[in-house]
Amino acid sequence: MNIHEYQGKEILAKYGVRIQRGIVADSPDRAVSAYKEIAKMTNSKFAVVKSQIHAGGRGKGKIVGTEQRGVQLAKSPEDVKEISTNLLHNTLVTHQTGPEGKVVNKVLIAEDAYYPGDSEPKEYYMSILLDRAKACNVIMASTEGGMDIEEVAENSPEKIIKEWIDPRVGLQGFQARKVANKLGLTGAANKEMVKFIYALYQAYEGTDSSMFEINPVLKTSDDKILAVDAKVNIDDNALYRQKDIAELRDKSEEDPMEVEASESDLNYVKLDGNVGCMVNGAGLAMATMDIIKLYGGEPANFLDVGGGANAQTVEAGFRIILKDPNVKAIFVNIFGGIVRCDRVANGIVEAYKSIGEIPVPIVVRLQGTNAEEGAKIINESGLKVSSAVKLKEAAELVQSVLK
Amino acid sequence: MSVLVNKDSKVIVQGFTGSEGTFHASQMIEYGTNVVGGVTPGKGGQTHLDRPVFNTVEEAVEKAGADVSIIFVPPGFAADAIMEAADAGIKVIVCITEGIPTKDMITAKTYIQGKDCTLIGPNCPGVITPGEAKVGIMPGFIFKKGKIGIVSKSGTLTYEAADQIVKAGYGISTAIGIGGDPIIGTPTKNAVELLMNDPETEAIVMIGEIGGNYEAVASEYIKSTGNKKPVVGFIAGQTAPKGKRMGHAGAIIGGADDTAEAKMKIMAECGIHVVQSPAEIGDMMVKALS
Repeated sequence: MNIHEYQGKEILAKYGVRIQRGIVADSPDRAVSAYKEIAKMTNSKFAVVKSQIHAGGRGKGKIVGTEQRGVQLAKSPEDVKEISTNLLHNTLVTHQTGPEGKVVNKVLIAEDAYYPGDSEPKEYYMSILLDRAKACNVIMASTEGGMDIEEVAENSPEKIIKEWIDPRVGLQGFQARKVANKLGLTGAANKEMVKFIYALYQAYEGTDSSMFEINPVLKTSDDKILAVDAKVNIDDNALYRQKDIAELRDKSEEDPMEVEASESDLNYVKLDGNVGCMVNGAGLAMATMDIIKLYGGEPANFLDVGGGANAQTVEAGFRIILKDPNVKAIFVNIFGGIVRCDRVANGIVEAYKSIGEIPVPIVVRLQGTNAEEGAKIINESGLKVSSAVKLKEAAELVQSVLK
Repeated sequence: MSVLVNKDSKVIVQGFTGSEGTFHASQMIEYGTNVVGGVTPGKGGQTHLDRPVFNTVEEAVEKAGADVSIIFVPPGFAADAIMEAADAGIKVIVCITEGIPTKDMITAKTYIQGKDCTLIGPNCPGVITPGEAKVGIMPGFIFKKGKIGIVSKSGTLTYEAADQIVKAGYGISTAIGIGGDPIIGTPTKNAVELLMNDPETEAIVMIGEIGGNYEAVASEYIKSTGNKKPVVGFIAGQTAPKGKRMGHAGAIIGGADDTAEAKMKIMAECGIHVVQSPAEIGDMMVKALS
């Protein structure tokens, strides 16, 4: 589960990670009062207005149809009012949002941490994530702060520092010192970085996170280390024991159809194609998408109805697929194991009756447990459904109904 | 011969008296699996499905001689169940549970390292050696006995592959569902290696998914054996978008190496018979063996 920058920062702060301070606002007036408070706190007229959406690249991204960037510097209450008016309730497009962009519902008014002082401010990169191959967490850091880490990995992989955490003992002090030293930090800044890394790792462990990306981590001109941004991703499987964090879910950031599907316990991902599909099992669901493409269509979705598919889930699945106006055909691919094909077939027939007219052709492939009974139910229903037993035959049927 | 489980396996079910455990234990018994009992803390001494219930795995090992365990414990307790089985000396631990927090799996995987056991899963359909033992949730009737081994991250794709192999006129030696989570006990390479070294397995089907590097590692291994047995491979998720979790917790494209395209390329370079279409697994096996 993703959360917003301001929420991520609040969590980090609780674990003692120093953050760029800020106040979140959902209207230009509230943004102005937030600015005044920040200005008083920092004794500076500079502050940053940051769009809060679940995507990166906000600083370079623009509000649709304008030259307004998603993150802007403000010098006065008037600036804040104007900038937040331009951002709030408008659609921000970044390289991560796709062309449709995301609506900015909140802005974070944050302190200007790049103030002048004894030394130059400098940006770093830091993330914590799972190394799947080694089955342990890894801290990644780089002196190339503010840059896209994939680009750094591609062009100058030697600039990426990695420190693997032994699950038996957790993060050790020497590891944090190693990272701080490799980043070239000395004196007070080095000590601050060690503390920062330690607190960050405690936050990661304590919140059951699956990814932290702090880009940039800033060394200020007076040698403080703080998180200027915070991308926090929580392990969905652990949300049951992270109830406070689970409440931070912002459904407005998710595809409305995906939200609806999750409420019916369906595992659905919206795609851009013309063939809807309903499948049991995640692997077979992906394979079904692939075969749709190989036979001339484009998958409109990923949909795994799971091991408990029955009439209700099948109907809910149809209703969600049919909400997508791009869908020109539906491919139901069930390999019955625990799921019984006759039950799915009954579900299809009932869904037809209950939805009324389904305006697109349906190809049904039932195989496995009670496949014959299922095929019989479909064939005797009088519905305009083509059915097949072999996967290849079903794919060919999909191909023919698209013509 | 076969790998992991056979007719002599003495199987216990952890989470025996729960609804999932009960349903699948009866199915396994019906299949002919030698289920010697089960474990449900607090219900020791009872009898369930005509078999003894134990409070701990240790007791099940001592009293019933269990050497294989299948786990149907809910996600929040499953990592603990894995470690309990390993501690008690169970040799093959099959964890079916889906949705175990990653942090718990890091702990469990670290704990079992160096212990004399093999963990299959979690989030998997289990292991079947047709005609001998089904330690899993797969529909047994699809799997006819034969000489093709299957390794797969996905449950229903395992059934699909088995069905195609059987329809092509072959059968299955052992099918291993390794699971779709980011951290699993037996990565693709280790499962393939078991089948490579199994004298009764003549060829292998290897089914992967987007995410992680397990298939790449397995491919390098297969090449290093001099491709001594033909391997037919498929990767699900050629059409999956980047950054979206596709059902399985591990099925997500992060970087370029995670894509189906990248994996299929490495597999082909390592001499694996790669199919683009999941419907061609059986046909490709016929070609590979002719």
